[in-house]
Amino acid sequence: MDKPNNRLISLGGAAIAAPLGWLARAIDPPLRALQKLGGTNAMAAFFLAPNMLIFGVFVLFPLLVNIVYSMTGGNALFLTNRTFVGLDQYERLFSCANYLDPRSCREDLFWTAVWNTAWFVVLQVTLMVGVALVTALILNRELKARGFWRAVFFFPVLLSPVVVGLIWRWILQREGLLNFMLYSAGGEPVNWLVERDWAFFWAITVSVWAHMGFYALILLAGLQAIPKDLYEAAEMDGTRPVRVFWRITLPLLMPNLLVVLVLTLIRAVQIFDEVYVLTGGGPGTSTLFITQYIYEIGFASHLRNPGLASAASILMGLVLIVLTLFQLGVARRNDRRSGKT
Amino acid sequence: MKSRKLLLALTAGLMSSTVAFAGDVRVMWYSDGVEGEVIQDLLNRFMEENPGINVILDNVAYQVIQEQLPIELEAGRGPDIARVTNIKTLADHWLDLTPYIEDPEYWQTNLGDQFDWMRPDGSDIIPGFMTQLTLTGGFANKTLFEQAGVELPGEDATWDEWVEAAGKVQDSQQLNAAFAIDRTGHRISAPNISYGANYIGEDRLPAPIDDATKEFTTKLVEWTESGRMNKEVWVSAAGTTYRAAADDFINAQIAYYYSGSWQIANLSTKIGDAFDWVATGSPCGPAACTGLPGGAALVGIKYTQNPEEVGKVMDYLASEDVVREFTERTLFLPAHKGVIAGEIDFQSDDPNVKAALDAFVKATSKVSEVANALPAWKWGTPVYGVLVTRISQVMAGELTLDEAFARMDEDIAAQVAEAGN
Repeated sequence: MDKPNNRLISLGGAAIAAPLGWLARAIDPPLRALQKLGGTNAMAAFFLAPNMLIFGVFVLFPLLVNIVYSMTGGNALFLTNRTFVGLDQYERLFSCANYLDPRSCREDLFWTAVWNTAWFVVLQVTLMVGVALVTALILNRELKARGFWRAVFFFPVLLSPVVVGLIWRWILQREGLLNFMLYSAGGEPVNWLVERDWAFFWAITVSVWAHMGFYALILLAGLQAIPKDLYEAAEMDGTRPVRVFWRITLPLLMPNLLVVLVLTLIRAVQIFDEVYVLTGGGPGTSTLFITQYIYEIGFASHLRNPGLASAASILMGLVLIVLTLFQLGVARRNDRRSGKT
Repeated sequence: MKSRKLLLALTAGLMSSTVAFAGDVRVMWYSDGVEGEVIQDLLNRFMEENPGINVILDNVAYQVIQEQLPIELEAGRGPDIARVTNIKTLADHWLDLTPYIEDPEYWQTNLGDQFDWMRPDGSDIIPGFMTQLTLTGGFANKTLFEQAGVELPGEDATWDEWVEAAGKVQDSQQLNAAFAIDRTGHRISAPNISYGANYIGEDRLPAPIDDATKEFTTKLVEWTESGRMNKEVWVSAAGTTYRAAADDFINAQIAYYYSGSWQIANLSTKIGDAFDWVATGSPCGPAACTGLPGGAALVGIKYTQNPEEVGKVMDYLASEDVVREFTERTLFLPAHKGVIAGEIDFQSDDPNVKAALDAFVKATSKVSEVANALPAWKWGTPVYGVLVTRISQVMAGELTLDEAFARMDEDIAAQVAEAGN
């Protein structure tokens, strides 16, 4: 039985390999000529060129256009129809008597969104990392149906943010599932999405629910990479589990934890979709975050203001650049520790 | 020879993906109710009669019309015809149909009253026609009023009287709230005008927020704080996000609902015979008992490659028989004078529908001049956006009324300045 199968596999392999061989032979002479002409550096540039071209067209060019937009005024969409206003849009955003009190700012909604986002980042990231860590620790134990439970925790990650927002809206609305359960248990229904603090609480909870599985998976991979013999040695020494956690698990998991922390931070700053569907930024402006502010100003308002929206998005981009540099630093430090160059 | 054929086929393929074929007319359409099916029926009939013209109906979400269409238009692209509600702000993009329609005089006579709503100030083009006229107005849950033993307020009842009566129903029937108004600045503009407001300044630019607007806004906030108005509708979103309160009325959780004539088919379909409901017209203020007129328009887009075909499609859709059939099947108020003057046999078995449509037709006679001027005023929609954003913040406890009024003036001034006025 094996022999015909092997023959088939080798035939299939040959069918794939042959055209690749022809291709390799065809491009070999010009590549050799290029290397002769420009050296190995030119070859590196040549191979990087397609990627850089895509990056340039889809990332760098829009970024530059966005910077230019942020220095123009008016409601027109096209740059040719817009007037150059220099840094006026930034000045408008930063025109504030007291940055801690959005009501004293000219663009009060921008600063409300900034502070809401800041609070959201602090609370959501703390909760996200904590819950993901606990979940990973539990899933790393010898559980019955461990694969099933891992799938259960990962499942929300597969859902579209809009679906997440809608599901939770149905649960939390006045006649929703949660109030039905509360009422059935003899409790008083709560207007979860109309009370400011509750709405903020649910915005955090829902985003943690939706993304926690992904971060738990990263931490789980880290936990499984910790050598088992360290735990066996600790057990033989009679070390208490809490001490094992603090002295072995946490230090060895730190590289993964830092990655999770930075990824969560970046994602939290960008929060928009599921919260927008869930609360619409309300009640009032209590869950209005910076991305929704940009969307409202640039797209949803009756008179769009692309200049102001671009300026706000550039400022948000700067925050993300700082976080990304931090992430790169963390990744490099991890690489150095693990002996990579 | 072979390669030439291949080249031709390739060219044709590329052309088909970038250029509209001669004879194709693409219509961007959104639906509130059944009008998408009705218009498709009508267009199918048109295509049978005009085999050379292929009309493609793109049914899209309302949000696409509001957010994506303007960007397409700015880029000099878009469909050939579109059904829109933001008719004045985008007026520069509409096609002048005059050279392409058979009888411009017919259009002027029957559909001309609303042309100023959809063309740039001072222009005399024929850009399209209103597929429906709308008028804001109230709906009362008659069954709840009867169960509570509360009499429905009369024709000239004020906002205070309606809120008081609905409040009695709320207390008696243990309702969540007495009444609700859709979360949009458009809807509260009718009561503002009834209280004497006028948004349009002497220079045709937005006037500062006046005392009448302040008076009704103050009442609205008080009604929300006291639990008479459903807080959830206005507070549960930020910015200009639209929220209708129709579901609260349909589920009999409020006694009175202020929305508009376009809700009739929706209420009829969803309420069925669960309870009796009536249209009440608009409650009165010290200055008027007005609703706010408006509607959706079908307009030609000036970037079309096939204006002749667009003209033929528009001629067909604006013809009296077609408008009558569209009106009867969709339960919309028509804008066509000939149709209004004749018999309209609205196709519904629901007795509430006919009465509601009659009530709205009757309410059109009470529309004030100030309200009538708003649809043709290009700053209307931006002002509505500012109103809804700031009033919601007051209701949520983020701003005081005085702060909100000051912010409204600042926001409007900033928008006017940004637009280069």
